[in-house]
Amino acid sequence: MLSELRTMWEVLKHTFTKAETVQYPEEMPYLAPRYRGRIVLTRDPDGEERCVACNLCAAVCPVDCIALQKDTREDGTWYPEFFRINFSRCIMCGMCEEACPTYAIQLTPDFEMCEYDRQNMVYEKEHLLIDGVGKYPDYNFYRVSGMKTASKDKGEAINEARPIDTKSLLP
Amino acid sequence: MSELMPVILSLTILIGGVAGAAILTWFERRLLGVWQDRYGPNRLGPFGIGQVAADMIKLLFKDDWVPPFADRLVFIFAPTAIVVAMMMGFAVVPFAPGMMIIDVNIGLLFFLGMTSLAVYSVLLGGLASNNKYALLGGLRSAAQMVSYEVFMGLSLIGVVMMSGSFSLVDIVEAQTDVWFCFSQILGLIVFIIAGIAESHRLPFDLPEAEHELTAGFHTEYGGMKFAMFMLGEYLGLMLISCMIVTLFFGGWHGPMLIGDWLPPFFWFSSKVFVVICFFVLLRAAIPRPRYDQLMSLGWKVMLPITLVNILVTGAVLLWMEGVA
Repeated sequence: MLSELRTMWEVLKHTFTKAETVQYPEEMPYLAPRYRGRIVLTRDPDGEERCVACNLCAAVCPVDCIALQKDTREDGTWYPEFFRINFSRCIMCGMCEEACPTYAIQLTPDFEMCEYDRQNMVYEKEHLLIDGVGKYPDYNFYRVSGMKTASKDKGEAINEARPIDTKSLLP
Repeated sequence: MSELMPVILSLTILIGGVAGAAILTWFERRLLGVWQDRYGPNRLGPFGIGQVAADMIKLLFKDDWVPPFADRLVFIFAPTAIVVAMMMGFAVVPFAPGMMIIDVNIGLLFFLGMTSLAVYSVLLGGLASNNKYALLGGLRSAAQMVSYEVFMGLSLIGVVMMSGSFSLVDIVEAQTDVWFCFSQILGLIVFIIAGIAESHRLPFDLPEAEHELTAGFHTEYGGMKFAMFMLGEYLGLMLISCMIVTLFFGGWHGPMLIGDWLPPFFWFSSKVFVVICFFVLLRAAIPRPRYDQLMSLGWKVMLPITLVNILVTGAVLLWMEGVA
């Protein structure tokens, strides 16, 4: 009996506590910058697509929602011919972001992507690609990688040593 | 005018009772929200009051379906019984001096009789549904109501002894100086508990315990017939609150020491409001007892308390008579 009365008193005290509810559409919840929401494809600081179509994201995706096809530009760099994410399957696990060697695929703090038609949940590259650099403003994969492109030769990348001439005896 | 008064008042109570019950559904949810640190329905209209209209529209437009396996006549009759019985109970409630439909000298017995009739609604609803859950709910309610009825009546004997009348007006008049909630504290406690059990509200909602019996006696009901059950339940809540105020908290009299400087109806309604809030608090705080706990509480605790209360009240009254 005493315990019931105490319970009632404890509940009555909640008259003066604030409601925990977040009034969602009017009052947006705080989402951390690293929140795992809608997936985007970012560009490097020069405005080129970062994605090199390595397929690691598609391989690591536990629900197989990513599909892409590699193609090569005239300067030797790689890019995805198409890049498709089926968001009706995506579970926002962020493993694609972890797997990406070029910081191209990134998750953003946005989850409001409801559609009336299920087909509209399938995002193509034009929907995924943004005009910014995302979380890594200075990173450009082709500037730091040892791959030869039209604009730079072997050994010209940042922090890259000159290639050793195996046919020469000079130090 | 005086002949027209009961007619006007009956219509007012009819409309006010239904509207009050409808608003109470919203008010209860908001109040539960306050005590559970959330908001409750707050989207439609100011403070979410439009939820009442939305709920009503939804219930009105639902398919009025009678299950083919049910006892059709009884199935349709059951939900009306509780509303009619509870509405009839309001006939003897004295809202203010002269502001009551009928002042009979057996007002208290009339009230007890009408709340007892409401049992038929639950019982027949459970029986006519031809459904195991509903039958179990009806069975439970039958046992619960019958046993709590016993000391619901007995708990009021103390009040009747002190005021010397079954008329509710006389009972209110007898509380002009001191309310009965002090001298009849045991009766008050028992009456509140029995009242909750009688209107089968939480924590004594075992006939419709949704965790065990889906929806209990109204499992097969939907649309307006379900709404009638709900209406009856909320009317019962209001009726019990009115009776608690009338019998134990001085009815239309203002609080002691403060006096009657506001209209009697204001005092009555504000007291009823507080009691309703208390019932909602009980719902928010107290978990539902097991069925055997309910029964043993009734017969092993409540009944002896009421009998002791009657004995002591009678003894004190006789002693005071001897002194005077």
